[in-house]
Amino acid sequence: MELENLRFGTELLKRGFAKMQKGGVIMDVTTPEQAVIAEEAGAVAVMALHAVPADIRKMGGVARMADPAIIEAIIEAVTIPVMAKARIGHFVEAQILEALGVDMVDESEVLTPADEFHIEKAKFTIPFVCGARNLGEACRRIKEGAAMIRTKGEAGTGDVSQAVLHMRMILGQIRSLKGMDDLQLLKVAREIEADLDLVKECARMQRLPVVNFAAGGVATPADAALMMQLGADGVFVGSGIFKSESPAAMAVAIVEAVHHYDDASFLANISKGLGAAMKGLDAATIPEAEALQNRGW
Amino acid sequence: MARIGVLALQGDVSEHVQALERAAAGKAQVVGVRKPGQIEECQALVLPGGESTTICRQLQSSGLTEELKAAALSGKPILATCAGLVLISQEVEGDNKVRPLGLMDIKISRNAFGPQRESFEADLQVKGLNRPYRAVFIRAPAICEVGREVEVLARVGEAVVAARQKNLLALAFHPELTEDARIHQIFLKMLEA
Repeated sequence: MELENLRFGTELLKRGFAKMQKGGVIMDVTTPEQAVIAEEAGAVAVMALHAVPADIRKMGGVARMADPAIIEAIIEAVTIPVMAKARIGHFVEAQILEALGVDMVDESEVLTPADEFHIEKAKFTIPFVCGARNLGEACRRIKEGAAMIRTKGEAGTGDVSQAVLHMRMILGQIRSLKGMDDLQLLKVAREIEADLDLVKECARMQRLPVVNFAAGGVATPADAALMMQLGADGVFVGSGIFKSESPAAMAVAIVEAVHHYDDASFLANISKGLGAAMKGLDAATIPEAEALQNRGW
Repeated sequence: MARIGVLALQGDVSEHVQALERAAAGKAQVVGVRKPGQIEECQALVLPGGESTTICRQLQSSGLTEELKAAALSGKPILATCAGLVLISQEVEGDNKVRPLGLMDIKISRNAFGPQRESFEADLQVKGLNRPYRAVFIRAPAICEVGREVEVLARVGEAVVAARQKNLLALAFHPELTEDARIHQIFLKMLEA
């Protein structure tokens, strides 16, 4: 076997990496200690951040990529994949994350956008995940090279309503493509500003051609199971774990909830005595200009 | 008709189901298994790719460990890919985060090739196949030691990436992510034997 015949960073490898996360929970962590708690609870990956979204929201100011020293320490602490967030359009933050050995970049609306354009993700060796509120946004991100889509939800609120809205929107739009002829699909592609071939692929597969996770406001095992029953391939949990009263127990319960999402009596059992979930914030009370989901287009 | 169960605790389960259905062309039924009692009803099993620490944990909490061991010992064919290979190994080198089931006489190393940026595709020479096989390695493990009963089927450099021990077929790569059905055909033949 000649080692120089190896090919790196292909579309298949990027989308394949995302497929390995299916049925799993990806947890936001800010320290190596939290990363170990997440790994022991059964997280499929961790997202390295300098602050969880609820704190980013509180702190205000410009939110940027985490300190590389923190990211390195988290990579050292666990054997599961480590993801990290870059600002929308900030391709140099993404280059730095790739150089650090991060497994996947989240081009995230939780951080302050750096450009009107998103990152040209196809140029990178490592895969990207991006947020989307609807099928048009999801297709635009996939066209740019995203290997995984997640709902935007409203991060840092502990209010799952926006993740539900976005998941229903994306899956509903895909269902509505069923049975359309090529001219009708072309019309939809124009209307939602999406690549026609991708719209056709969604119509045929009756799903996104990449893995589709729920994110933004998931705070309890019931929230996680709700997103799975609605059709998510897996779940990101941001502030929901380490802003709860007992993070280790909450982390285990959310992992279990994603695995047994369709078993109500099991869900009842694991939801007992977890202590308080994160306090949260009603997403409907957030002024339009402060909503994170409106970042990125 | 033979029933093949794909362990559906976490990972790329639907990809395995679809790849096997294509390869079997109606000759076998392929189902996800995640509840006690389901493994017994299958004549062959697939342990898919995913995150080995997560699958290992879920295997224990779902109470499927003993059923899986019994199936392996009774001689049912088992295809284990990537995370699955980690699970069926005897020993994991330098890592106590996964407790392997000890079904196959191999010592493995997790993430043997590095982080995702080092994940690769390669044209492999696989014993028993007359043309190279395009294999997809994603944060892949490698087999670093094999026991006497184990037949090595493919290597990348020094690392063993495919091996067989009686009814157990273990791969560090993902045959379910490509169109080439030859590896799944080998597995289906094991079921016929």
